[in-house]
Amino acid sequence: MAEKKKGLNLNRVEMPRQDPKERIKNFNEVALGYTEEMAIAEAERCLLCKKPLCVTGCPAEVKIPEFIALIRERKFVEAARKIKETNALPAICGRVCPQEEQCEEKCVLAKKGAPIAIGRLERFVADYEAKVGAIEKPQIAPKTGKKVAVVGSGPAGLTVAADLAVKGHEVVVFEALHKPGGVLVYGIPEFRLPKVIVEREVEYIKSLGVKFECDVVVGRTVTIDQLMEEEGFDAVFIGVGAGAPIFMGIPGETLKGVYSANEFLTRNNLMKAYLFPEYDTPIKVGKKAAVVGGGNVAMDAVRTALRLGAEEAHIIYRRTRKEMPARAEEIENAEAEGVIFNFLVNPVEIIGDENGWVKAIKCIRMQLGEPDASGRRRPIPIPGSEFIMEVDTVIIAIGTQANPVVPKTTPGLETNKWGYIIADEETCKTTKKGVFAGGDIIRGAATVILAVGDGKKAARAIDHYLRTGEW
Amino acid sequence: MFKIVKKRDWHPLICEMWIEAPRVAKKHRPGQFVILRLHEKGERIPLTVVDKNPEEGTIRIIFQKVGKTTFELGSYNPGDSIADVVGPLGQPTHIEKFGTVVGIGGGVGIAPLYPILKGMKEAGNKLITILGARTKDLLILEDEMRAISDEVIITTDDGSYGKKGFVTDALKELLESGTKIDQVVAIGPAIMMKFVVKTLEPYKIPCIVSLNAMMLDGTGMCGVCRVTVGDEVKFVCVDGPEFDGYKVNFDELMSRLTIYSEEEKIALERFKKAHPEIFAGVE
Repeated sequence: MAEKKKGLNLNRVEMPRQDPKERIKNFNEVALGYTEEMAIAEAERCLLCKKPLCVTGCPAEVKIPEFIALIRERKFVEAARKIKETNALPAICGRVCPQEEQCEEKCVLAKKGAPIAIGRLERFVADYEAKVGAIEKPQIAPKTGKKVAVVGSGPAGLTVAADLAVKGHEVVVFEALHKPGGVLVYGIPEFRLPKVIVEREVEYIKSLGVKFECDVVVGRTVTIDQLMEEEGFDAVFIGVGAGAPIFMGIPGETLKGVYSANEFLTRNNLMKAYLFPEYDTPIKVGKKAAVVGGGNVAMDAVRTALRLGAEEAHIIYRRTRKEMPARAEEIENAEAEGVIFNFLVNPVEIIGDENGWVKAIKCIRMQLGEPDASGRRRPIPIPGSEFIMEVDTVIIAIGTQANPVVPKTTPGLETNKWGYIIADEETCKTTKKGVFAGGDIIRGAATVILAVGDGKKAARAIDHYLRTGEW
Repeated sequence: MFKIVKKRDWHPLICEMWIEAPRVAKKHRPGQFVILRLHEKGERIPLTVVDKNPEEGTIRIIFQKVGKTTFELGSYNPGDSIADVVGPLGQPTHIEKFGTVVGIGGGVGIAPLYPILKGMKEAGNKLITILGARTKDLLILEDEMRAISDEVIITTDDGSYGKKGFVTDALKELLESGTKIDQVVAIGPAIMMKFVVKTLEPYKIPCIVSLNAMMLDGTGMCGVCRVTVGDEVKFVCVDGPEFDGYKVNFDELMSRLTIYSEEEKIALERFKKAHPEIFAGVE
């Protein structure tokens, strides 16, 4: 057993990263991960609290003190398996969860400004397990003979699929794109989440007996009613995300050189446009790119633009740095890479040249007024403060909304006024019997871990429903 | 994987295939399209489904070889497989009994027009079909169109077959002769559809057009296919592909189709160099 620490160690072990000057020339992962010694050193700092608060901050219910204790004993593989008892996607969550708002925020050492780097440790053990080839399946319950269709293979869908497979149900995941992973594959860039890691986690879920059928747009290729009535599925989980891009509705948005962040990132991540012409899908970034928005997607897009060769990459954000929804770590990474931040600025028009290409973006300066519904101070335009920024590319990253294709083709499935599917918070039950929903399609664009959390709740509720028939 | 079961070369540049895609074959309705990706490194391109055989689980596509992907697809043979075929996508055509319907197809636009006109005929419409091609050899589906149409008018740009001129010339004649037309459906190059609408304008005859925008996912996720229709921005993949021709901003559509012209050239040249045999006998 690890010995008890006497004093508090507030020296959080830093994780090595690629040098900013180098990394903007490649798409390799920025963060390099802990070494064994680093992981042990960080794990040694953990107080192994009797009543661990960190766990209360984890939607995936990861047994945090237990896995950290195993790291201290150098039982890295066992630590990974401990996490996988509740979370099928540790290598992903270790990378993209906003731990600073979840487990690490709740850590008692957070008050001292040095919470245990739980995310880095999670990622370390997951990578270790894969590296040594020790990935092992959990015990799978006897077959129940029940069939579940999972619509969408993002983090919510993958979690539901994994949990239900372990419980002995037959699970088929339907994915609209040609590769499983959803936003993990099309949205989050290689330099933040290498695609081999997503592939590895998908392979693991396949090893649990889950089948994947890609190229199926549920609502078009087959409807939910057909899945239940004609293909024999006893329950359906909808985890299709909030995939529809929002544009600003300003003049010039159909000019050539204007992208939604979804398009820009999908070209690059899913279609590998950065490898054109070896890969067939092209992308253009020009010399000066401006990304509108202040969230994680905006950071992903602007850092992608740099790596594609933009000489200048700008963020245009209508509030200040303090209100930016992006993770602090991602903002710092972007800054280190040379991204130029334009705060309190909002676009009013995109200006084109005689051939229909973007040549500039007209913006107005903003000031902060009273707090709005989101609790953030409302930005107000300053009259007469318009100015013009010359750019070749404009990427709109101001958010996404519900894609209506599933709700519209599923009678009895109710949505709220924003088009999100209405689902019970605890069970993910929708208004249609046998149909559950979770992830961004019930709450709007959020995080991977909240989707994972929904997946866990839904899996429990689906299992209960399949075993009892109670709705 | 989606297996090619039959292939027919209409012309060195125009190719027809039947592909195994049981889910698409079962659900497809006239006006809808598929997106396909040839292989791991391929791009995703939209192609309209011309016909289907739900019993055999196959769909029929016809395409013109214009860029790297379509030339590559054209080099595939029965027995070969396509990595991905996804669909049916888009809204099906609104088919009803209008009275007299004029169908206008230009080039390979004749292919997507065929299932729509077949539907229109089955709904009890009188059908006048105008088919246009650059030259006689590039004209497709003439026999099948004749089999469903009450009247067929053919135009070629060079006069090698039918009337010399454009589909708009034939349409104008039809309009001037006083033929009563209740609905027009036009599919072809954007420029053709634009002028069909212009020709119809003085007569105020409703006209549906089907747009061939660039696409990526085809499910409303990326927005690359956006086009201004009236005073709204629409996504061709989910709101279309068919729209009221009077409201479509064709100039914008044509401009957006050129976004990657440079890259398309690079990709095609590179492919030509690597596979000269595919291009033997072309041009």
